[in-house]
Amino acid sequence: MNALITLSVLAILVLYLGLYKAKNALLPVTLLGLGAALVLSILEWNSGAAPIYSGMMLFDNFAVAFTSICIVSTMLILLISKDYFEHISEHVAEYYTIILFALIGILIMVSFHNLSMLFIGIEIMSVSLYILAGIRKHDFKSNEAALKYFLMGAFSTGFLLLGITFLYGASASFDLSTIKEYVISNPRGISPLFYSGVTLMIIGLSFKIGAAPFHFWTPDVYEGSPTLITAFMSTVVKTASFAAFLRLFMVCFAPLHDFWMPSLLVISVLTLFIGNVTALYQHSFKRMLAFSSISHAGYMLFAIVALGPLSGNSVFVYATAYSIASIIAFAVLILVKRQTGSDNFESFNGLARKNPFIAFTLTVTMLSLAGIPLTAGFIGKFMMFSTALSEYHIIMVILAAVNAVIGIFYYLKVIVAMYFKSAERNEVQSSPYFNFVLGFSALITIIIGVYPGFISNFF
Amino acid sequence: MENITQAIQGVPLNHYILLCTIIFSIGVIGVLIRRNAIVIFMSVELMLNAVNLLLTAFSVQHNDPSGQVFVFFIMALAAAEVAVGLAIIVMIFRNTNSTDVNILNKLKW
Repeated sequence: MNALITLSVLAILVLYLGLYKAKNALLPVTLLGLGAALVLSILEWNSGAAPIYSGMMLFDNFAVAFTSICIVSTMLILLISKDYFEHISEHVAEYYTIILFALIGILIMVSFHNLSMLFIGIEIMSVSLYILAGIRKHDFKSNEAALKYFLMGAFSTGFLLLGITFLYGASASFDLSTIKEYVISNPRGISPLFYSGVTLMIIGLSFKIGAAPFHFWTPDVYEGSPTLITAFMSTVVKTASFAAFLRLFMVCFAPLHDFWMPSLLVISVLTLFIGNVTALYQHSFKRMLAFSSISHAGYMLFAIVALGPLSGNSVFVYATAYSIASIIAFAVLILVKRQTGSDNFESFNGLARKNPFIAFTLTVTMLSLAGIPLTAGFIGKFMMFSTALSEYHIIMVILAAVNAVIGIFYYLKVIVAMYFKSAERNEVQSSPYFNFVLGFSALITIIIGVYPGFISNFF
Repeated sequence: MENITQAIQGVPLNHYILLCTIIFSIGVIGVLIRRNAIVIFMSVELMLNAVNLLLTAFSVQHNDPSGQVFVFFIMALAAAEVAVGLAIIVMIFRNTNSTDVNILNKLKW
């Protein structure tokens, strides 16, 4: 668990760097520290994990995989944060620190082995994000996003906590393995408290992952927050929430599959339809990405509905593909918005003529999000659908395929705007950092799409 | 004092569950129908406190201290949320001179 300690020390170190006005050192130090944490967490791969810290956390392969993808995504997002926070305020170090604190919460969330750690991890992450959503203090949209996120987050925490309490009341423990034993040893006599606990946990966690009908805060918060923070929320945070969701259900609630499966099935299909159909009507690229992230949550829920040994891997592949693609989309959005001041689809008109490289990477991204073959998104969707089919959820897969077709419409809107609509515009100013992130992410997207073998059978 | 402790221990667990569920529901309804950000915030705190009470009751019933330790975690979290949440509400009040959530309608399609 050295990665967790490294990150905690790093966050405080960065805060001190800000105190001593070492502004130029902030980004390199943060990236170096994240790199060290990444190496340390990968070193624990296959190290025969046993619960550590008195059974509080378990750093198994599942946790290592999700920690690594979260750290890599954070590094990519921080690379495009060069010169971003400086526009917002003088105090840049705090932003890096708060992002690192959120990442610490995420590490705890993906490796919890005790419900108290699940709660603490989610809260460390959420409280940091409430602050990050509101860092544009004088921008009214950012204020509104912060307040909505805060009220909805605190509200959902209440449900999560009541769920945990009911589980505790029934099983007399917060430890995942004890709860699992409780479920297995009383197949007939599980107390009704336990069932209400499971339902409340589903509600609380659905709020956190933004699944319908608990998604209403997502578009507003994603649109109002600064774009870079939106990128962080819709990639790293979503991945981590799914990892926590999956871990809880895989370890504890798997024997009760028949009880919670129907409600999750309804949630998943509703999420897909609401996300995709509403995304069709958006004029703002950022808001479209928010709705598309809702619909991707629906696809990822498939792995939990059809819970099996392959679920962890398919969520991992899907989350990787989705995170990498979203980072490109948000990076291009930042560049375009910096030039045109607007995030509507019109501001992408004619981008391909002036910036062929940026337009190409954004095209790869959109194809990947839509799930076109030879991109990572296709492999992710393929694994999700095959997991669902292996559990005979045929109607669900048909509905999801319909949604994938709807998705292609709105993703292609951007490509059409870039390549086929002409507009008077100047070249978008990019920096080497942006070019690196765009090129690297596009490369990964294509590599996973062409050779899925090296990522698709991890666990 | 002895009598009071015994009287408290005589209360069946179901009553605690019922009481906490009622308090929790009052909190949920408060969040859903009130329009003042501060009152919504107070309703959230009510939800958290209902959970605290229930955790303590379960902890005594199972004779297991970890439930009460969890209560401390929830209190610490509630304190952190107050710090961040009130800061956000103050920030909004400075910009709009109001804490009514109905004015938060800039973000609509």
